[in-house]
Amino acid sequence: MKTLKAIRIVAWAAVAIVIGGVATVLVLQQFDDPPIATVATIGGPFSLTDQHGQLVTEASLKGHPSAMFFGYTYCPDVCPTTLFEMTSLMAELGPDADKLKVYFVTVDPERDTQAVLADYLQAFDPRIGGLTGSREEIDKTLSAFRVFSRKVEGEDGSYLMDHTASVYLFDDDAVFTSTIDYQEDDTTALAKLKRLIDGA
Amino acid sequence: MSFHMILAAVAVSVSLVAPAAAHEVTLGSLTLTELWSRATPPNAPTAGGYLTITNTGDTADRLVAVSTAQAGKSEIHEMTVSDGVMTMRPLAEGVEVPANGTLVLAPGGFHLMFMKLQAPFVEGEEVPVTLTFEQAGSVDTFLHVMQIGARGPDGHAGHDDMKMDMSE
Repeated sequence: MKTLKAIRIVAWAAVAIVIGGVATVLVLQQFDDPPIATVATIGGPFSLTDQHGQLVTEASLKGHPSAMFFGYTYCPDVCPTTLFEMTSLMAELGPDADKLKVYFVTVDPERDTQAVLADYLQAFDPRIGGLTGSREEIDKTLSAFRVFSRKVEGEDGSYLMDHTASVYLFDDDAVFTSTIDYQEDDTTALAKLKRLIDGA
Repeated sequence: MSFHMILAAVAVSVSLVAPAAAHEVTLGSLTLTELWSRATPPNAPTAGGYLTITNTGDTADRLVAVSTAQAGKSEIHEMTVSDGVMTMRPLAEGVEVPANGTLVLAPGGFHLMFMKLQAPFVEGEEVPVTLTFEQAGSVDTFLHVMQIGARGPDGHAGHDDMKMDMSE
């Protein structure tokens, strides 16, 4: 009988833990941004080169708000779409867009060289900086910004990259404030950028 | 604001009936509509393609292959975004067109994936494609190339409702 009682206590304890866990998840889901990482952990030292050959480091994110997103030129949908959306949002912002720095960071530096990015980005707002660097520097950056990226090998030596599709927003002190998620509606996205610029 | 919304709605409905993307292809019990793609940035090595397939037949079919002379390699892919992470996978078995149902290939989901582009996709041009179905066989048709960032075959990109406020 004692064993049965013990089992019952353990079982109820387990139920309590599960309920507690579910409650925690539900509470976390109340927040707008997914609890992927705490604010303070997104960002850190990096050293990359833009499509014009200029060095861009964590210091380049200070003194003005910034938007940063990650992708690669072999990507047919999300990346050109996000670049296009950012171009449109910058047009909507008008002169205020000059107060914002926008960076597209490649997750595929082997193929996205400075020259490739320079060509590719001609289709978008010229103020968007395309950042690349050595595999090591890119990995360091992705890790600092908590960006997920994974190479998926194809049959014939070709490959695809899975990657974080959100646009990260930083204030003028390079502190992460929020994200614009993939396919977030234009009005919300524009409001977030305006708030970011006004708050700077 | 409501006046602008009406303007935007009118603009959308007008462009929906524009002749550019109005071609339709019939293949057995399948009807293909809204065949489109997007212009590609300079030297972009890949492009996506989209269409809607309506099946009026009582048996399911399957889109199993796509090819075009404009790409070195063409596949059928599925894209998903989960927890903010974009994932893209080739579908070796293709994708089912349900009996008495509709399959939509659109941005953010199923799409035709063109790799090793021979030349950029240019807005206003047409990309010839051959689509192969398991039951219905193959058909030669084309995709209308819309602007970069277009959200659908009507050629509309995002932000048009806002752009109207500052136009002219």
